[in-house]
Amino acid sequence: MTLVKNTIDRRSFLKVSALAGGGMMLSFSWLAGCKPTAEELLTLPKEWFELNSYIKIGENGVVTLMSPNPEFGSNVKTSMPMILADELDVDWKNVIVQQADFFPERFNRQFTGGSQGIRQGWKPLRTAGATARQMLKNAAAQTWNVPANEITTEAGVLFHKTSGKQAGYGAMASIAAKLEVPKDVPVKEIKDFKVIGNSKKNVEGANIVTGKPLFTMDYKQEGMLIAMIVHPPAFGLKVKSVNDAAARAMPGIKDVFVIQTLADDYERNGFDTTTFTELVVVAGTSTWEVLNAKKSVQVEWEKITDKNVVVAGWGGKQTVTIPAGLESTLTHNAMMAELSKKPASVLRRDGNPEAAFKKAAKVLERTYSAPFLAHNCMEPVNCFAHVTSDKAEIRGPIQAPEFIMQTLSARLGMPREKISIKLERMGGGFGQRAYGHHLVEAAVISQKLNAPVKMMYTREDDMTYGIYRPTYTATYRAALDENNNLVAFHVKGGGVPEHAVHANRFPAGAVDNYLAEGWQINSNITIGAFRAPRSNFIAGAEQSFLDELAELAGKDPIDFRLELLQRAKDKPVGENNDYDADRYAGVLKLVREKSNWGTQAGNRGVAAYFCHNTYVAEVVDLEMKNNQPIVQKVVAAVDCGIVINPDAAVNMGEGGIVDGIGNALFGELTFVDGVPEKNNFHQYRMIRQKEAPKAIEVHFVKNEHEPTGLGEPLFPPVFAAVANALYKAKGKRYYQQPFLKEDISLG
Amino acid sequence: MAAFSLTVNGKKHEVNVDPETPVLWVLRDHLDLVGTKYGCGIAQCGACTIHLDGRAMRSCVLPVSSVGEQKITTIEGLSKNGDHPIQKAWLEHDVPQCGYCQAGQIMNAAAFLEENPDPTDEQIEEAMNGNICRCGTYLRIKAAIKTAAQINS
Repeated sequence: MTLVKNTIDRRSFLKVSALAGGGMMLSFSWLAGCKPTAEELLTLPKEWFELNSYIKIGENGVVTLMSPNPEFGSNVKTSMPMILADELDVDWKNVIVQQADFFPERFNRQFTGGSQGIRQGWKPLRTAGATARQMLKNAAAQTWNVPANEITTEAGVLFHKTSGKQAGYGAMASIAAKLEVPKDVPVKEIKDFKVIGNSKKNVEGANIVTGKPLFTMDYKQEGMLIAMIVHPPAFGLKVKSVNDAAARAMPGIKDVFVIQTLADDYERNGFDTTTFTELVVVAGTSTWEVLNAKKSVQVEWEKITDKNVVVAGWGGKQTVTIPAGLESTLTHNAMMAELSKKPASVLRRDGNPEAAFKKAAKVLERTYSAPFLAHNCMEPVNCFAHVTSDKAEIRGPIQAPEFIMQTLSARLGMPREKISIKLERMGGGFGQRAYGHHLVEAAVISQKLNAPVKMMYTREDDMTYGIYRPTYTATYRAALDENNNLVAFHVKGGGVPEHAVHANRFPAGAVDNYLAEGWQINSNITIGAFRAPRSNFIAGAEQSFLDELAELAGKDPIDFRLELLQRAKDKPVGENNDYDADRYAGVLKLVREKSNWGTQAGNRGVAAYFCHNTYVAEVVDLEMKNNQPIVQKVVAAVDCGIVINPDAAVNMGEGGIVDGIGNALFGELTFVDGVPEKNNFHQYRMIRQKEAPKAIEVHFVKNEHEPTGLGEPLFPPVFAAVANALYKAKGKRYYQQPFLKEDISLG
Repeated sequence: MAAFSLTVNGKKHEVNVDPETPVLWVLRDHLDLVGTKYGCGIAQCGACTIHLDGRAMRSCVLPVSSVGEQKITTIEGLSKNGDHPIQKAWLEHDVPQCGYCQAGQIMNAAAFLEENPDPTDEQIEEAMNGNICRCGTYLRIKAAIKTAAQINS
């Protein structure tokens, strides 16, 4: 039996109990009036007993499990409660799942991002479930006057075998809720999991397919105004003057004004990323009227000057210069080409790379690049806020509520206890909603209007006022000896405004002579997390390079990688190698088997990558039709440890693969004089039904490692698998994303 | 401003709006039917798809003044109990990830199956190509449409 330390202390437990009344509302908040879903049709109990922050049990045995993290489509609202349900030992049929509000005193790490929800939720959720189960056992032991360790549970029922006594959880819940929280509680053995590992449907499925109001964009309340923003048309501009006369005269318009979201001297937090701190706001009673008025606002813009801001990020406090200038992709590319040739900051060095390159039998050098990318979540940025003199109520699509709380509090001049954030379902996230500037914008607008407000961006605003994936480049050099062994490896990467080099990742550790360097170019274009930050470029570059290198060495690309991983396992070079060579090799072996690698003909490309704690290998098969690549099949092998919800995990994998293929082939945002050259989907090409692979298989390595995430890891390697398959189809290598720009027709 | 009488999901509604107002915003702002989604506003993503006399239409570019007597169906009115074959198939395949585009996908798929009850893969791809899913659930969408075709037959 495994014992885990209980981290739920008595104090938070009491605080939770005091709040139990609010918990009775469950799904009847603002969804009231909607048809009940299957879950709501469960007979609701007369009373709920809260065993801890995550778990409430009704007197009739119905269980409410709180889903702590915001949901943006990775299905945590189903998979996190599954972990609770398994440790609590209840029948999934009797479970109601409720989205938690942002409440850091009650819930562990309410942040959806970095593929960390399941990984970092694993222990707290198991502990919460197991603790509640132990308290129910203790209640039964006390009631029946038998030792607690003789009590067993099954699917929400407590048993004492020798006396023949049994009782449902509901019958013991009121007693259990009053007991001491046990210090050490047993968690299940992996072999005893009943919910974990068995596919459960998305708990919101029925609400989604019937069009229920699940998103912030769908929220409304009495007296709510609609607000939209007018932002500078180019990065590097700011508001000079506003002529709002025409807009003010239009029907339904309440006000037009300028807001400043952050004071110039505000010491920013790491996720306060925002370029346009000054915005023109148009507010009115209906969306269409505000949309029209927004077009009539005349703004004179002026160029920004260099501005220093203090940012206190994870790297400590630093002064960052937001440079003046109207930047263009052509200039960026020229600067990047120039800097690629110069020495840069050394991130890691093993052995003597330069000497090894001099002695080499063969040297391969290739440069890869990728453009800025816009997130393009299907739900454009929006947020609801109702700020009054004594409190602020915020509902928004937000991945990381904690990261914006301090700034909200400072900007509103209100202690954080007065600010509530409801975590609404997000219409996509992909990193965009880790940044909460839209919460600040909505709150400031509401405070100014003294009214409840839904602030929304148009698609054009969303695409042109973004926090983009940076543009990157990386130059790889490798040296082979006369036996075609890799003897030196050099990566030098850069970008605007950051590089994507992970110095301690594979093949670091597998090569005696290794050098990683990075450089960067400052910019006023805002950048940030985008599904698998940095990995989303570097995997494509590195794994394309290794494919070409394997060819130069006359080796099969999977064998070549496995040789290197064997080396890294047997005699690792250097320290801090950021991967487990066995697990890395494991996914390559599994994908080799599942894809019939080596025996099946066709235009096939392979790639493997480890990021966000999960190992992935992918094989892409594609055909050319009318000079257009059509991906026929993708086979993925994944090692994410224990798989919580298998079918949903496959869905997540399919999504990452489709998204990766789309961005590899089409994804691109370029700039001219600070203006993004695309502003909507007629210009920004997204992957569509016809371009999606005809088939995807996702296979999981079976093991008992603690679970890791899936939102990001399947995304990066597919860029390279596509490039390597394209090479087979076209006879040439693809170095610049998006690949369809190079020479393949746009169809 | 002008008064319009609309039949939405079998019910008559009177609205007094600018004649140019897209049906999308009439539904969302004036009739509280928010299942139909705003994605792009220029008929490029399909999130706003509704039925007009049974045909799939992009409501974000459809002025309310052009509707006339034609009957509007939204995701809320596709079936009484969420049991349209397409909805059932969507649940069976557990299609959605974020879910935002799915109402538009479902409305487009439902109208398409009316026209073509037994489609090939290529026909499904062609018919659904106008609906963007940023999460990449395209394979499940296709599989669900095939399942719905079987439920129907």
